[in-house]
This record gives sequence, structure tokens and C-alpha cells, in this order.
Amino acid sequence: MTAVEGNTTAGPSGDAPNGGRTRHMTRMVAIWLILSAVLDALFWILVGPHVPPGTMTNSASENQFDFNVLFLIALPVLIGVWTYMAYCLIIWRASRKGVPDPVGGPAARSSLGVQVGWIATTSVIVIGLFVFGTVRLVTGNGSGGGQGPNPIWTPTSAHILPVQVIGQQWKWTYRYPTFGGFETTQLILPNDTTIAFHVTSLDVIHSFWAYQLSIKADANPQQENTAFTTTRETGSFTVRCNELCGIWHGAMFNYGKVVSKDAFEAWAQATEAATASNTRLLPPYAPTYVPDANGADGGYYPDNVDPYSNSEVYGYTPGKPTSNG
Amino acid sequence: MSFGGRLSVVLGLLIVVIGFAVWGVVGFLLPQPATVAFTSAAPGAPVDLTVQTVGSIGNGYGNHPTWVSYLVKDQQGQWIHSTIWQVPAHTRINLTVQQFDSGSPLRNQQWGRVQGMTGNVMTLNGKPVKVYDSNTGNGVGHTFTIHTLGISIPLVGVDPNASNICSQAPCSAPGSVVNTIKASFVTPGPGNYSWQCFVPCGLGWLFGNGGPMSTLGYMGGFLDVVS
Repeated sequence: MTAVEGNTTAGPSGDAPNGGRTRHMTRMVAIWLILSAVLDALFWILVGPHVPPGTMTNSASENQFDFNVLFLIALPVLIGVWTYMAYCLIIWRASRKGVPDPVGGPAARSSLGVQVGWIATTSVIVIGLFVFGTVRLVTGNGSGGGQGPNPIWTPTSAHILPVQVIGQQWKWTYRYPTFGGFETTQLILPNDTTIAFHVTSLDVIHSFWAYQLSIKADANPQQENTAFTTTRETGSFTVRCNELCGIWHGAMFNYGKVVSKDAFEAWAQATEAATASNTRLLPPYAPTYVPDANGADGGYYPDNVDPYSNSEVYGYTPGKPTSNG
Repeated sequence: MSFGGRLSVVLGLLIVVIGFAVWGVVGFLLPQPATVAFTSAAPGAPVDLTVQTVGSIGNGYGNHPTWVSYLVKDQQGQWIHSTIWQVPAHTRINLTVQQFDSGSPLRNQQWGRVQGMTGNVMTLNGKPVKVYDSNTGNGVGHTFTIHTLGISIPLVGVDPNASNICSQAPCSAPGSVVNTIKASFVTPGPGNYSWQCFVPCGLGWLFGNGGPMSTLGYMGGFLDVVS
């Protein structure tokens, strides 16, 4: 049938004659199939649940699932290559007696079946992954990635908590516009809540990467970059800058927490009260900041939207300004 | 040119490129300020840490006389141009900052709030301050911030029009106009904690964060906490 099968005849010890021909392709496919099924199953059961970024948010869970699917597809490809390589080394090694010269003759002829099969398989995998990835990106509301100032894949929740993430050399700070617009160095989030991160920068390009939340969005000066996620578990997570931004880039990290809604609201109200004297000195909440490139000064562009959006109202009290403006 | 000749040229150029790379990396990594130790006090006894910030370091401290900088007073009373300070763990640090530089409104007023210090308060020329409005008075010249410890204080600027503003380190009062800021904090367990100024005071660099803001020994350093 193929060049692989056609080039051999019963002869060398170890070959299994089958009507005078050894069915190498059948052997290799059988080995590949068994190894792939066993190792894919083992990976799914034993490793899959522990694959980063975990399950703290919906985007983390979705990305974990996506990584697992990619690995389940990649593993058989890897096993296929290794199976063929190992089979060649063992069965057709030169030191075996009676092995025909693999160069030239019928062994070198191409096989239409193998070629069509290879092209069809790889095409299906690549196109399938393209479709899979696109669908996951759309259904996952951007899959935790920044979508710019006008996101097209937005969550359906009507009770979203907006959090502004402000990058500056070399620290993240956070503003909570629906809790008076206070700013803090702590990132505390309520569980079972959809969060809208509005990421911006006061100076150079940073990248907000909340690893366990599976959120990653570039922080660009004078740009707003929005990313969504919904918290699913309480616990701690790590925030890092993922864009080389200067001498203290490596120190630009902090740890955040997902806590119960009650604990979050108690924290937010306490922090709002504790920082009130400074909050009144902050500029009104705004999506972007305009730094002065030549000095320390700067200013916000207030957008005068109150509340910030119709759905980002978690913590919003009607009649109470959503920021200090 | 023969093959040997061409090979020699290629190898020669390669050696030159590698040499430049090694020179650059070593030159970047090796120079760092000396560590100034404050560990001779009795165990548990508070440590007094006195530093000053100057608008320009002057000619006596290296190759950048116009750069803004911190200096620290060692245990012998000498002003040292270093930003690596070794202090004992779990110890109260009484920090005194002599601010000789002028200020401006903060890019982010968040750094006008006293954070992480004992009582979340500092004294400015003897008066308690919890939040300083950087849009008033002389603004804020610098901050002392150890962000991994949640510690930050604004260093309020002096009058830029004062006739006796210090132009070269080390500065001293009362000869020069100064703001004296005091605050205390307790060191955590052993570790190397980076600190920095959060006012982009590297004038002339993009967004003010180059030069002295990006060079160890000027506006950032380490608190080396030892057991």
C-alpha cells in the first residue's frame, strides 16, 4: 500500500511476515493509537486539573480547558513522530541483517495515500484550532485579554464591578470608581462577581498580568484597555508587570485577593473611609491619564459619566457620586 | 582572500563583538553603591536612619554632578552617597529625611498619603501629616517608598525661590532651607527590599524616570534587612 510497507519482505529476524509482507504501517499506527489514547487519558485525568492558570475565575477555567485541549491534540502528534522515529531506529537500523538499502528503488517512491493523509490531517488540525480558538475567544468575553477602550465581547452580567488599574514606574495602583473613586495599592475583589478591569498607564507601556485570574492587558499611556473576568473561587493571586519597563520592572508586582462579597464590601467601605482625605485630592475618575513627558506633573481627562457605564454598577449607590468628582 | 584569511577575519570580529558585550554587561552589573550598615545597635533597640535628598549631588560624588540623589548618614555621622542600607530585622526604624529639594504637584496624588508608617503618620517640621496635598504649597519633591512593604511617605519640597536653597551635596541646615520629615516603621524578616522615589524627578529624561531614577545609588536602592 505504501512505500513503508512496500519496501520490506519477510526476512530479517524480528519482522513478522504476513503473506510475505510485513505490515509496518499497521504496526506503527497501532502503537501510535494505543500510546496516544493512554497518554492523553492519563494527562486529562492526572495533569489537566492542575494546569495553570487554575480555576480561580471563569477565564482561568476556560484557558485551562483550552490549554488541555491543545495538549491533547499536540501529544498524539508528538507521539506519532517519536513512534515513527523509534520504529525506524529499531526495525530498519543498518546493523540488522537482511534490511534492504532504504535509498532508491521502490522504497523511495512517494505514497499518495500518505501525502493526502498528512495534508488532510494537518489541515483539519490547524483549521479546527483556528475555529476552536475563535469560538473560545468570543464566548469567553475576550478570554481575559485586553480588548481596548471599546470591547466587542462583553459579559452579560448587569452588575459588574469596575476596577481601574493604573500602571506607573514601578507600581500598580487601583481605583474603585463605584466606591467613591478611592485609589489604593491593594487589589481586593469579591467572589462570584464579574469584574471589568480598565487598564491604563501614567508613563510608559506596562502590562497588567493577574496570573491566577487569567487576565492580561497592556497598560498604555493615554489608552484604556478593558478586560473582563468573573471570579469563581476565593484566594490569593499574583499581579506582575509583563512588559519590560525599566530598572524596577522586576519589583513591579503585588498580591491580590478574591474574598467573599461581604468581606469585599466591608473592605471597600473601610478603605473608602480611610482614604477619603486623599481621595478628595485625586482628580475625578477618568479612563485615561495624560502625563507630562518633561516633568512630574500631569492631569486626568474626566469623562463626567456617572455611573461609569450602565452595567458597571457594583457598589454604586444611586445619588452618590461614583468618584470624587 | 583565502579560506583561512576569511575565517580569521570572522573570528576576529566575533571576538571584538563578544568583548564589547562582556564589557557592557560587566560595566552595567559591577558598579553599585556600598552597603551602609546600621546593625551595631543592641538587639531590639530602635535604629536611627537619617537621609537627605538633594536637587543635585554636586562634584564630590561621581560622574553625574547634576543628578538628584539621596545620601545617607552613616553611624559615624558621615554623609555617604549610597542607597543600600543594612538594618536589623523586626526592629523599629526611626527615619529622618532632610529634604533640600524643591517640589511640584504629584503625577499621582496617591503618593501624597503616608502609608505603612507607624500610625500612618509622619511629621513635617514637627507637625503631624497623614496626607499632603501636592497641589498646594511647594508640592512634593520626592517620596520614600518601599512598595513591597506598603511603606510610602511624601517628601515635601522646599521653597524653590529661597535664597539659601542647597545646590550641592552634602547639604546642611540651617545654612540651607530644608524640610525635616520624620516617621517610623518596623522592619520585617530578613530580605532585600527595593525602595524608590515615586516622583519622576529625572528631569530631562522621558517621563522623568530615566537617569537618577533608573540608576542604583541615586533615587532608588535596597533595604537590606538582616537577622
